[in-house]
Amino acid sequence: MWEFLIPLFAATVQSGTPILYATLGEMMTEKGGVLNLGVEGMMAVSALAAFWVSYSTGSPWLGFLAGGFAGMVMASVHAFVCVSCLGNQVVSGLALTILGGGLTHFLGVPYVGLAAPGFDPFDFPLLSRIPFLGEIFFKHDMLVYVSFIIPFLFWFFFRRTSLGLHVTATGEMPAAAAAAGLKPIRLRYFAVIAGGFLIGLGGAYLSLAYTHLWTNGLSGGRGWIAVALVIFAFWRPGRAVVGAYLFGGVMAFQLRLQAVGTHLPSSLLLMLPYLLTILVLILSAWRGRRIDAPAALGTNIEPEG
Amino acid sequence: MLKIKKRDEPWKWGALVVFLGALLFSLLVSGLLLAGQGKDPMQGLAVLWQGSFGSVWGLGDVLLKSIPLFLCSLGVAVAFRMQIWNIGAEGQFALGAIGATWMALSFPDLPRIVLMPLMFGMAFILGGIWAMIPALLKLKLRVNEIISTLMLNYIAILFLDYLVFGVWKDPASFGFPMTPEFSANAVIPAIAGGRVHWGIVFCAVVGVGLWAFMRFTRLGFELQASGEGARVAKYAKIRYGMLVLFVMGLSGGFAGWAGCVETSAVLNRLQPSLMVGYGYTAIVVAWLARLEPLNIAFASILLAALRVGVESLQIRLQVPAAFGVIMEGMILLTVLAGQFFLTYKLGRGTKQE
Repeated sequence: MWEFLIPLFAATVQSGTPILYATLGEMMTEKGGVLNLGVEGMMAVSALAAFWVSYSTGSPWLGFLAGGFAGMVMASVHAFVCVSCLGNQVVSGLALTILGGGLTHFLGVPYVGLAAPGFDPFDFPLLSRIPFLGEIFFKHDMLVYVSFIIPFLFWFFFRRTSLGLHVTATGEMPAAAAAAGLKPIRLRYFAVIAGGFLIGLGGAYLSLAYTHLWTNGLSGGRGWIAVALVIFAFWRPGRAVVGAYLFGGVMAFQLRLQAVGTHLPSSLLLMLPYLLTILVLILSAWRGRRIDAPAALGTNIEPEG
Repeated sequence: MLKIKKRDEPWKWGALVVFLGALLFSLLVSGLLLAGQGKDPMQGLAVLWQGSFGSVWGLGDVLLKSIPLFLCSLGVAVAFRMQIWNIGAEGQFALGAIGATWMALSFPDLPRIVLMPLMFGMAFILGGIWAMIPALLKLKLRVNEIISTLMLNYIAILFLDYLVFGVWKDPASFGFPMTPEFSANAVIPAIAGGRVHWGIVFCAVVGVGLWAFMRFTRLGFELQASGEGARVAKYAKIRYGMLVLFVMGLSGGFAGWAGCVETSAVLNRLQPSLMVGYGYTAIVVAWLARLEPLNIAFASILLAALRVGVESLQIRLQVPAAFGVIMEGMILLTVLAGQFFLTYKLGRGTKQE
C-alpha cells in the first residue's frame, strides 16, 4: 500500500509545482483587477526561453530566471493592450495564448528532442529524513523547495506590505484608489508583470525540472487549469496550494495507471484533469463564494476627459 | 504634454484604418522573424501572397479553408454578441464531425438526399449539446463559461481520439487511427468538378439566414437587445436563461456543421488530422470582423488565405507552419490595441491636475 502511495504523493508534489507557480502568478495579476487568459501561452514561451538559456549557457538557474523574464515580457504586452489601450481583457489573453503557442512551435524547431541541464532531485538535509513527509516533500529538486516558500511570501506581500494593499485597492476600486492618491495604472502594470514573472517560473519548471528535454506542447492545458484554480482558491494563496496539489495528484495518478497498463484507453484517462477542472469550478461556484473576487476584475480603467 | 480626449463622434473609417494598420504591423514583425531565421523577408511575403492568391489552385484552397472558419466564426460571434464567451468552437466542431461520421457509418446505403440531412442534423445536435453543457453550468451554478468551454475542447478531442483509435477504427487502415472511408452518398460533392464543394453554398444560405433572423424576427431582436447583458434583458422582460441556452445551442450547432462539412467533403472520413485549430482561429475571425456576418465572410477568407500562404511558405522556404499562428495572434493583439483610437484621440492639452 505505502509502496504505491508514497511515490504517488511525491509525484503529486512534483507535477503540482508548475501549476502552483502559474496559479499564484495569475492570482497576483487578478488581485490588481486584470484577467489574464494568456497563462497557457506564457507558460509555453517561458518554458522555451528557460530551455534555450539553460542549453546555451549551461546554467539552469539562468534558465529559470529567463523563464520568469519571458513571462514578464509577454505580460507587458497584455498590460499595454489592456491597461493602456483599454483592449478587451478576455480577447487579449486569448490572443496571447495563440501567439505563445505559435512562437514556441516556430522558434522551438531546432531544439526539439535536445536535452538541457536542468534541476535534479536531491535529499534535503535533515528534513528528508522525517518519516513519510520527508519522502513526499523533501526528495525533490531545488525549484520545488522554492515553491514551498512563495505562497508565504505572497501572503505576506498582500497582507503586510503597503504595496500589496495598494495593488488590492486597484483590483477592488480603482477610482477610489486614484482618489486616495494612488496610481492605479502603474499598480496594474506592476500586478500584471509581477504575475507574469511567476507564471514564467511555472513554465520554466516544465522544461528544466519536469523534463530536461524540449518537446512541443509542454504546457498541455496547465495554464488553463491555473486560471480555474484561482477561482477555486477564492484568490487565497493557501487554497492555491491545495488546488495545485489536487491537480498534480490527478496527473500523477493518471500517468501511473497508464504505466501499470490498465484496460482503460489512454485517451479516456487523459480526460481526467480536464474533467476535474470543470468539477472544481462547479464545487467553488456551489460554495457561492464568488464575492471574494476582486470587484473590478476584468474592467478597464477609463481615462478622464 | 499629450492628453487623452474622448472623440465627440465616432471615427468614420477608423475600424478599417486600425485593421489595415494592424495587418501592416504584423507583416512587419513577421518579416523581422523571417529575417531572424536567415530568410529573405520580401521573398517570404511574395511567397505568402502567391501561395494564396497567385493561382487558381491556391484560390480554391483559400475558399475551401474559409468554409469551416466562416461557420465556426458565425457561431462564436452569435455568442459573443450576447457577451457569452464561447471559446469552445474547437470542441463543438469535433462533436459535429463525430455526429456526421456516426450517421455516415451507420447508414452508408441511404440515398444522399436522406443521409445528408441526417448527417447535418446530428452534427448540429451534438455540437449544440456540447455547447449547451457550459451554458447550463453557467446558468445554474455560475460556472465560468470561458474555462468550461475550453476544457470541453480538450475532452472532445480526446473523445475523438478514443473513437478513431478504438471502436470506429478501420480494420483495413494498417493501424492508422481513422474510420473507414465514407460511402459516396455521405460525401458532399464538388461544384462542377472543381475543388470547391457545395458546402460554400450552404455557408451562404446559413449566413443570409442568420442575418435575416437577427433582423426580422422577434427572437433575433431580443438577442441583440440582450447583447448589453443580463440586466437589460431582465428589464425588457426577456427570459435570459432560455436565450442563453438557445444562443449557445445555435453557436455550437454552427461549429458542428463546420465539423460535418470538413469530414464529409474534405477528408471523407474521421481522423485526428481533422483538428487543425479552426475553432480557435474562428475567435480571431469573429473579433476582427467586429461580430458582423458580412465582415466575418471577408475575415474568414483573409485568415484562410494566411493558412494557405503559410503552407507554400513551409514548402518553398521551410518556414514552420506555426508562422501563421504567430501572425494571427499578433494581428488580434494589434487590432485590440488600435481600437483605443476609435473612441479616444491623443491631442495636445494643458497639463492636468
